[in-house]
Amino acid sequence: MSQQHLSPLRVPLVTEPRTLGQLTEEICAPMERAPTWKWWAAFAMAVSVLGTGAGIVAYQVGTGIGVWGLNKTIGWAFDITNFVFWVGIGHAGTLISAILFLFRQKWRTSINRAAEAMTLFAVMCAALFPVIHMGRPWLAFWVLPYPNTRGSLWVNFRSPLLWDVFAISTYFTVSAVFWYVGLIPDLATVRDRLKAGVKKAVFKVLSLGWTGSHRTWSRYETVYLLLAGLATPLVLSVHTIVSMDFATSVIPGWHTTIFPPYFVAGAVFSGFAMVLTLMIITRVVLGYEHLITLRHLENMTKVIIVTGGIVSLAYATEFFIAWYSGNPYERFAFMNRAFGPYAWAYWIMVTCNVVSPHLFWFKKIRTSPVAIFALSLVINVGMWFERFVIIVTSLHRDFLPSSWSMYTPTMVEVGTFIGTFGLFFTLFLLFVRVLPIISIGEVKSVLGFARSPHEHAEAHPPTHQAPERDVSTEPASPRLHPPLAIATRKDVPV
Amino acid sequence: MSAPVLIGYFEHEAQVLDATRAVREAGHDLRDVYTPYAVHGLDAAMGLKPSRLTWVCFGAGLLGCTLALSLQLYTSVVSWPLNVGGKPFNSFPAFIPVTFELTVLFAALSTVAAFLVRARLFPGNKRQTLPRVTDDRFAIVIAPSQSPESLEAAEDLLRRHGAVAMDLREVAP
Repeated sequence: MSQQHLSPLRVPLVTEPRTLGQLTEEICAPMERAPTWKWWAAFAMAVSVLGTGAGIVAYQVGTGIGVWGLNKTIGWAFDITNFVFWVGIGHAGTLISAILFLFRQKWRTSINRAAEAMTLFAVMCAALFPVIHMGRPWLAFWVLPYPNTRGSLWVNFRSPLLWDVFAISTYFTVSAVFWYVGLIPDLATVRDRLKAGVKKAVFKVLSLGWTGSHRTWSRYETVYLLLAGLATPLVLSVHTIVSMDFATSVIPGWHTTIFPPYFVAGAVFSGFAMVLTLMIITRVVLGYEHLITLRHLENMTKVIIVTGGIVSLAYATEFFIAWYSGNPYERFAFMNRAFGPYAWAYWIMVTCNVVSPHLFWFKKIRTSPVAIFALSLVINVGMWFERFVIIVTSLHRDFLPSSWSMYTPTMVEVGTFIGTFGLFFTLFLLFVRVLPIISIGEVKSVLGFARSPHEHAEAHPPTHQAPERDVSTEPASPRLHPPLAIATRKDVPV
Repeated sequence: MSAPVLIGYFEHEAQVLDATRAVREAGHDLRDVYTPYAVHGLDAAMGLKPSRLTWVCFGAGLLGCTLALSLQLYTSVVSWPLNVGGKPFNSFPAFIPVTFELTVLFAALSTVAAFLVRARLFPGNKRQTLPRVTDDRFAIVIAPSQSPESLEAAEDLLRRHGAVAMDLREVAP
């Protein structure tokens, strides 16, 4: 076995003994059974939220973006807050699939597919905001440099907003390609399971004639490694560039060199929180507790502790530098953040982002899905407020006290934001139904991880009962719970 | 190819690795190994050379980088120079973010395209898959050789390494 060099102290990644066939069966099961009323209920809700959001967007495009709560002082608020919020969420997927791949973190295998899908959906939601903000979204192509009849008036390559166009579109394209390349072998697996029909024909086209040839696998591994190598700096560059939208301006509170690393850490922080939110529900609903194990959740909470720490450090540094710089405007901006009219938003941010992640130092909390779920929501709220605080509090009291103002979002802005959640969950719910949400090929390759080679020969029969197993052949991990039954399309009513 | 190929099916990664090594050592013409996932160590067992796709990636990245810089220089310096506060038209540092993004974009898309072309993966592919190799089986395919003795020897070798099934097929690979 290729895994034999592993230390006996290693814990298997797939906590239940499974054969390759059982794994295929399990991961394909949700796609092959009819959805239950619960799925339909969730889907109906998501679609109606999406529909409402679409209506609101149509209204504001028809009326003009004067329906927003912006004013002369606060020219950027909800729209860009939500844009940065969604882009940040979109960072975890590529981080999991690319950076953890380069670090050979094999536990990533069972969460990377879903996390990447989440990334794509989050970036779609993010991209909507600047397009809506253009006011005339049908002219969105004007942001691209193409020869035109306006004297060939080019886009301004010195503007961070244009860098954003390139960063986000490249990020979306490369993430989508990375995701699809990862899907090809699994699409072939699904294709080979299907009987003739429309679905089979679709998967036949999508799987591009994949045969499982190792000559192809060998090249595939090279391509995957290259894409991971390319996506790693890419994911770091995207939020760096987003942060430059602010950092290259001269507004106190924005004009800081700390922004790129601070934003990237914040993005990973919020992204992992969102992955946890989704995965904790998914693993229970689909019966994947042995594939997306407590250890996966625990590892992600550790990433949250680290990135949360970086974010806290950034908050502290900003404050310190504001004082240390001796610049009165800079000092005022930060004092106003913490004690001005938006202090409530600032302290929500501090509570959610600085205090709450430290609860993960407790093993009890780190291994309790309910607690992690609650905290992941708290962190998502906190990260939304972080962007709101940075954007609105820096703008609302600028250099001229006569133009000081306050900002309140209108129902249109709130509705648009909620609508993007509708889009996000609609896409995610569809994804869960139509594609294998766990990378079958990759999980198979770690099935033997930290297991004796003889063990999968006697992997457990496909029954509901937990069969009596010979404890002496077990690896070091003590089994506290009875083995999980295999989630096939028949026996789990989902 | 008139003579049929010999296919041996295996159930475990370890067996297929050993069998592949043995097939090559015995001097049979190993056509391919089919696996449900990327088996590590099989590259060496099959004697595959490292892929040259890395060069495609490097070249395409370089091309993307050059094109991005040229585009920005042309638009900002040659085609429509804009004087902003007396700053230089060729504001090179400001061009780096877009250059980086386009480098990555070109490299990624070209690498994947080259991979699909090289591995002959395209929609509407008529290639047949061996039973269960995308699910839970491994298959070793040995190209036919002239003498029936060598075919028998190959069959014997596969069986000794734990093949659970054998097949002779007349297929265009």
